[in-house]
Amino acid sequence: MQALLNNGFIRWFDNRLPVLSWTNHHMMEYPAPRNLNYAWNFGSLAGLALVLQIVTGIVLAMHYTPHADMAFDSVERIMRDVNYGWLLRYMHANGASFFFIVVYLHIARGLYYGSYKAPREVLWWLGLVILLLMMATAFMGYVLPWGQMSFWGATVITNLFSAIPLIGEPIVQWLWGGFAVGNATLNRFFSLHFLLPFVIVGVVVLHLWALHHKKSNNPLGIDYKGPQDFIPFHPYYTIKDAFGAGVFLILFAIFLFYAPNYMGHPDNYIPADPLVTPAHIVPEWYFLPFYAILRAIPDKLGGVLAMGASIFILFLLPWLDTSRIRSATFRPVFKWFFWLLMIDLVVLGFCGANPPEGFWVPLSQVATVYYFLHFLILLPLIGWFERPRPLPDSIAKPVLKA
Amino acid sequence: MKRFILSLAALAFLVPATAHAAGDQEVPPEHHWSFNGIFGTYDRAQLLRGLEVYRGVCANCHGLKYVRFRDLEAIGLSEDEVKAIAANYTVEGDVDSFGDPTTREAKPFDAFPSPFPNDEAARASNGGALPIDLSLVAKSRVHGPDYIHALIGLGYEENAEPGPTGLYHNPYMAGGYIAMPPPLFDDAVEYHDGTAATVEQMSTDVSAFLMWAAEPKLEARKAIGLKVILFLLVLTGLFYVCKRKLWANVEH
Ligand code: HEC
Ligand code: HEM
Repeated sequence: MQALLNNGFIRWFDNRLPVLSWTNHHMMEYPAPRNLNYAWNFGSLAGLALVLQIVTGIVLAMHYTPHADMAFDSVERIMRDVNYGWLLRYMHANGASFFFIVVYLHIARGLYYGSYKAPREVLWWLGLVILLLMMATAFMGYVLPWGQMSFWGATVITNLFSAIPLIGEPIVQWLWGGFAVGNATLNRFFSLHFLLPFVIVGVVVLHLWALHHKKSNNPLGIDYKGPQDFIPFHPYYTIKDAFGAGVFLILFAIFLFYAPNYMGHPDNYIPADPLVTPAHIVPEWYFLPFYAILRAIPDKLGGVLAMGASIFILFLLPWLDTSRIRSATFRPVFKWFFWLLMIDLVVLGFCGANPPEGFWVPLSQVATVYYFLHFLILLPLIGWFERPRPLPDSIAKPVLKA
Repeated sequence: MKRFILSLAALAFLVPATAHAAGDQEVPPEHHWSFNGIFGTYDRAQLLRGLEVYRGVCANCHGLKYVRFRDLEAIGLSEDEVKAIAANYTVEGDVDSFGDPTTREAKPFDAFPSPFPNDEAARASNGGALPIDLSLVAKSRVHGPDYIHALIGLGYEENAEPGPTGLYHNPYMAGGYIAMPPPLFDDAVEYHDGTAATVEQMSTDVSAFLMWAAEPKLEARKAIGLKVILFLLVLTGLFYVCKRKLWANVEH
């Protein structure tokens, strides 16, 4: 980079529009804690997944027809007649799942190492905004192939808004653009599904801005004391991220090429039919824990509120967690409850995948109560009563064993 | 740290496994298909036999609207053979100069038409049940080809008679009853290659054919996948070596 700036023209240009200095500052010299572990790879992987979705999505959109009578056929045409259309479509459909996998791991990293705590609250909020936008995008994307699950998933989820008192019904009709999920719904979902990923890009820029302003958290969760705590991003983390991207792409390729429909639902290969309701309407796997919370509450409005609260509660996390220690490494009690929460989420996932009958009903209710208990009661109490292990003096000190 | 990632990954992967919770149907036995596995490919001879079963039996009730006649070249038919097969089918043509609808012989670029002019006619001829288009049925049912094979090859009782509702008992069908009369009986078709046309043979062959109809790009997918993954393994290995080398002098 420095060598480039020796060139007279490039120096002249950079002086007027400092793209090179900017890149150098933010992507090369940018100081990163020297002790980041592989849990810090998931941010760059989420970025990679977003780019993959946008690139494959734009090409899919060149061949896709957003009309209730033609959408299903056009997706089949992509699968059969468009050159490498099957590859594009399977990349996009499995890419959405992998996007959620890395983002959920990215969030779990934040929960474990206390990355949401001061001074990174806004960074955390922006991440949650990205999650909400991703959910909306994926939900509307799943409607586009206009299969049975597309149609009935859209019907179930949009119907949730009818739980709102008084204005619920009009809101649902406004969302649908009619009196049922139909062509108007499909058209607006396509438009929004095209738009929202670019809104996500915008929020990602803010997310990274906030990150570079306050710098990365690290596995020890302690503040940096001086330059000895840092190493330049390039080449150390560029190469580490490249290695992580390789591993990610291998796992992605295994699903993409050898089990491309494993994470999808077979019913979505049946064209949408408003007259035939599928036996079990299940959302994509990444929505299952939230779907379980929705169904755990016997009251419709209550269920919707609980589902909304399960995400919005995360916005309050920086204040619900009363401990000043960030990293779970030094929090012997919190550490256990972190894993309990993870297990609880998996249990909720299973509850969401199974029909709301038999023991799944009480199980999902217990798991839902525990989810909120964790954030509203346990976290504040643990913070007050836990005796943290002693923190090291600096990032560099235990590392350099000085 | 490794434990952290591994346990999280394990947790996350458990969930989708249960997403396809099956109903009260019997689980079909697993058949060893030639297209299973990393190196799986379609067995051309089997697909051609399956095509014969489809044309000879299933096509009386089921269409195959996403499969064009010319697609059959991919399973080993010549251009002329494709033309000859297409010529057996009639499809809607343009309106004539009086504005009246016409029909014409199908051409290679046409798809296998449904034998019925519309769904209502199809229902009327089948006791109210719709014989679905079969192009995607190998992907739209859990266990795909295993399911089709079991449904038509194993599920019906011998000399099955419909119940009072006109439905046949078949434990592989959701709900245990199906409107389709047992489609296969021994020697329902005569195979061009002399293979004995038992019910087991025909149900296996037509299931493989329907898998091809649903996923015609399977072979390309698996072949490209192998190359991509090998390439990624080398690339990732190189990244790992570079990473080790670059970080060798950094205490972390
Ligand atoms: C006499 C007409 C007829 C013939 C011939 C016939 N089917 Fe069917 N098939 C039907 C009807 C009617 C249904 C709908 C059954 C129902 O919904 O209960 C059906 C349904 C099916 C289904 C879907 C079952 C499900 O899961 O919903 C499959 C698969 C199928 N047929 C395969 C075949 C194959 C393969 C052949 C040729 C070997 C064949 N059929 C021949 C009439 C027929
Ligand atoms: C945040 C990033 C994105 C996510 C999470 C996402 C998610 C999804 C999902 C889950 C589907 C349904 C997959 C299926 O079963 O077929 C889908 C379909 C689709 N998406 Fe996206 N998408 C994203 C970005 C984009 C972008 C940027 C575009 C275009 C500009 C796009 C265009 C499409 C199209 C045309 C379809 C329908 C074709 C199909 O079903 O494969 N997507 N998307």
